[in-house]
Amino acid sequence: MTATEYIQLYVFMLAGVVGYQVISRVPPLLHTPLMSATNAISGISLVGSLVAAGSDHGTVSTVLGGIAVMAATINVVGGFMITDRMLKMFKRETRKP
Amino acid sequence: MRELVTQAAYLAASLLFILGLRSLSSPAKARRGMQQAALGMLLAVVGTLVQQEIVRYEWIAGGMAVGAIIGAAMAIYMPMTAMPQRIAVSHSLGAVAATLVGVIEYYRHGADVGRGKMVVLGFEVLFGALTVTGSLMAFGKLQELLPTRPITYRFQNFLNLTLFAVAIGLFGWLIYDASSSIVFYTMLALGGTLGVLMVLPIGGADMPVVLSLLNSYAGLASAATGFALNNNVLIIAGALDGTSGFLLSMLMSKAMNRSFANVLFGAFGAVPSGGGAATSVAGLTVRSLSAEDAAAQIAYARSLIIVPGYGMAVAQAQREVRELADIVTKKGGDVKYAIHPVAGRMPGHMNVLLAEADVPYEQLYDMDAINDHFERTDVALVVGANDVVNPAARNDRGSPIYGMPILNVDRAKSVIVLKRSMNPGFAGIENELFYKAQTTMVFGDARATIKLLVQAAKEL
Repeated sequence: MTATEYIQLYVFMLAGVVGYQVISRVPPLLHTPLMSATNAISGISLVGSLVAAGSDHGTVSTVLGGIAVMAATINVVGGFMITDRMLKMFKRETRKP
Repeated sequence: MRELVTQAAYLAASLLFILGLRSLSSPAKARRGMQQAALGMLLAVVGTLVQQEIVRYEWIAGGMAVGAIIGAAMAIYMPMTAMPQRIAVSHSLGAVAATLVGVIEYYRHGADVGRGKMVVLGFEVLFGALTVTGSLMAFGKLQELLPTRPITYRFQNFLNLTLFAVAIGLFGWLIYDASSSIVFYTMLALGGTLGVLMVLPIGGADMPVVLSLLNSYAGLASAATGFALNNNVLIIAGALDGTSGFLLSMLMSKAMNRSFANVLFGAFGAVPSGGGAATSVAGLTVRSLSAEDAAAQIAYARSLIIVPGYGMAVAQAQREVRELADIVTKKGGDVKYAIHPVAGRMPGHMNVLLAEADVPYEQLYDMDAINDHFERTDVALVVGANDVVNPAARNDRGSPIYGMPILNVDRAKSVIVLKRSMNPGFAGIENELFYKAQTTMVFGDARATIKLLVQAAKEL
């Protein structure tokens, strides 16, 4: 393994630990928004798709990359929007005057 | 300089993602935090687009435009009741992107791909393809395009494990010698086939575990993409997604008192349980109640706990449920909702539906928080829940659900169960709760029944 690969592995594992700490504090109340939020965040594969679609390595790469961009964008845009729509619904009790 | 901009954007994005997920620990902060995470995503995209490598924009622009329109339309017009399906579809789409990027990498580099990179590419397309088709299967089951009951056949597990072993074997071959593209695409196809076969034997009630598990796989595929492209924000976001899905599937399995292996290979509910498993019901009768009597009992309860289940989601009765709760509150009663972790088809399903019906979230209680309240409760109203309130999980060692944590509904002073018919629940097990002395049943569609209850309660 190269030095870069070791660093990547560190990053992955540390992110996993941080993720575990952060996500174990999410109450069951918000488990659905959590799923849809991580869906949106996993739309980060958009970043990889952009490079594939835009770096001009032949038609196959460009077209498949374009499809990947579309799929990832649906997740990013749809994911963040629907998470917001859901979180907006969670309201406190309104005290009557 | 460009590289610096990109890396700074990625670092900011990673931090905003973590803070966004952190904000989900409280409903009051969550919205703000997720908006910041969305900003992080925007930064990451901009940071990528300034890279030198990117020279042509037409497919990028086209893909993003079409994707944004579809994504926004889905987010705006899709009813909340279709949330489990949407989650399944987006797992699939996320995996499509990751898989395609992996395929492109292999297509470009082929035999020169290098061993280290082949390892991550293999993970990427194997997990990716499995998630693409597995999620589509889950979607089909949730949308009821496919039968929701588990589909089983002889030698099923044997076949699946064999295929899995073959896929792993091909993966090993590719690490040793990456030159044969036939091997690569065969492995890809096998991954896809495994996704289908894996979800086939999984029944509707196990969907929360499966959706969480697919969430985890989609994340791992993203992380593998990050390794392949040497991109840290992908690795971090993928790891976050992967842990989240893993954690949720652990919680869901625990809430069903079952292991992963049992969910994946057990085909729960398919095999009729042998003699002795189900409580014998001979000689016992249920007492059914008219809507008027039930309404009176509920309306004058000083304390009411509502226990929603998948039946409420199917009947879309959440608004009517809230109306009924409002009447009780107006008459001075106290209303709480008891939410079992696996009620419904995805983690948190009931909470979202009730929040949509304007139930304030302070009234929504987790199983652990509510279970001690039942003893002091006048009326427990069960709306379309069955296995999660079955005392057999506590008492009957022979029962297939023995050991599963349940809501202590049977300890309430009186129990009213709204149910479509006397058909046993998903697990095919009789529910002794229905035959208890303090239990009465109101049969019919949950929504129609609650409408009647509201009507009757208003006239009191």
